[in-house]
Amino acid sequence: MPVTHIVAAGMGGIRTAGDLVAWMQMTRRMKLAEAKAYVAAKLGVTVMDLVDEDVMYPLRKELGIGTVTPEAGGPEGILAKRRVADLLEIEINSVKRFRSRFEN
Amino acid sequence: MSEPILTRMGDGERIAMTPSEIREEIAKGIQNAAELARIPGLTENEADELFAIIAEPGRVVSVPHGHELIVTDDGIAECFAGTEADGGSGVSIGRQASVLSYERAMAADTGSLGHSDYSFKPVKAILDVELQSYHNISMLTTAPLFYGSQPNMGQYFQPDGPFPNPADLMPAGKIKAAQQAQEDAAAQLCDDMVYIGRELNAMGCEGFNFDTAGSTGDAEFYATLKAARQLKRDAPGMAVIIGMASEFVLGMHGEIAFDGQQLAGLFPHDQVKLVESVGADIFGPAINVDTSKSFPWNLAKSLTMVKETVKRAEIPVHPNVGMGVCGIPMLLEVPIDCVSRASKALALIGRADGL
Repeated sequence: MPVTHIVAAGMGGIRTAGDLVAWMQMTRRMKLAEAKAYVAAKLGVTVMDLVDEDVMYPLRKELGIGTVTPEAGGPEGILAKRRVADLLEIEINSVKRFRSRFEN
Repeated sequence: MSEPILTRMGDGERIAMTPSEIREEIAKGIQNAAELARIPGLTENEADELFAIIAEPGRVVSVPHGHELIVTDDGIAECFAGTEADGGSGVSIGRQASVLSYERAMAADTGSLGHSDYSFKPVKAILDVELQSYHNISMLTTAPLFYGSQPNMGQYFQPDGPFPNPADLMPAGKIKAAQQAQEDAAAQLCDDMVYIGRELNAMGCEGFNFDTAGSTGDAEFYATLKAARQLKRDAPGMAVIIGMASEFVLGMHGEIAFDGQQLAGLFPHDQVKLVESVGADIFGPAINVDTSKSFPWNLAKSLTMVKETVKRAEIPVHPNVGMGVCGIPMLLEVPIDCVSRASKALALIGRADGL
């Protein structure tokens, strides 16, 4: 069932920019249109580009924010999230705790 | 155009209706929601748009380019590894493999983790296990990862918990005692949820989901609101979702109020204002499905309530679209024709920010 929702209406997660828009809803309480516009501006793309695999895969790879088909040694997981936090200028709780371990 | 259109009943049974029958069902569903919640109905154009979505010939339908929304996870990401009766796949893999598969193979916008009982009370006893699991998985996930659980206050009543059971007290006419038992259970539940939330936050939890809130009625919703407010003060960096159990708050207590607002009988467009007020980040309304009514009737009713909720909300609204809510038939293996139509209609007509 959730896979049907994803296919019918979802943004596509890390295939495209779904995770980035979700972060803005979670951390800034942004409604959908505002969150999409914010992410598009940060990425330097259009709102329509946010769900275009042809645009988002190479862009995610270039920015090092994780891709659905990971590269060996490439950034994924907490390292990708660290870059997402910097890119979107938000605080991600897991990243904050992760960073604090290096500072102490 | 008068050829029968395949659709379903609220229990999932496949039926065929004529276009005029479907339009009539849509009109009745809208009217039902408007009367129950005392809100405006859908416009004529919106009713036409809903008819067009239901009448689309394809088995699976989808939103047009540019109308995609966020799909938040509430305990499904780990279901490949589970054997839950309501959706577990029973594959012999661990939770970590399940969540990563959900993120990378299913293209989910968010993932989540939760105890297999999916209630806060049992989580407290094994919290260290859950913290370790979440931490390990969150180091590998890129999409936001929630920890979800249900307040499920019923587990705090005898014989499962310490407090007298209101379901025993009320039939005996002991109304005040039943109310007191609910207030005591709500206080304990709130303490437990705040304790669990603080520990998760300290470990680095990205999002905390109060799922199916109010299932035991108004006192449970009270405990949820109180816990959410405390957690947003103590842990502002951890996102909070409050998702509801039903379209209106059941008055099991009947008189309990939060910030002067009586909770019993509140519909989603009022629920969301309280959820906003405590600092929660996302609200999930749940509109009941009537299994004796058709899918068009149920979806029209849900859209009417969701649209008004979104209109009044200042935070993202992600309607619950699991089995038996927001138009999805009450059937274990939910039909994808209905699921995809509910997705599309909630995005386009309900104006939802997510699902």
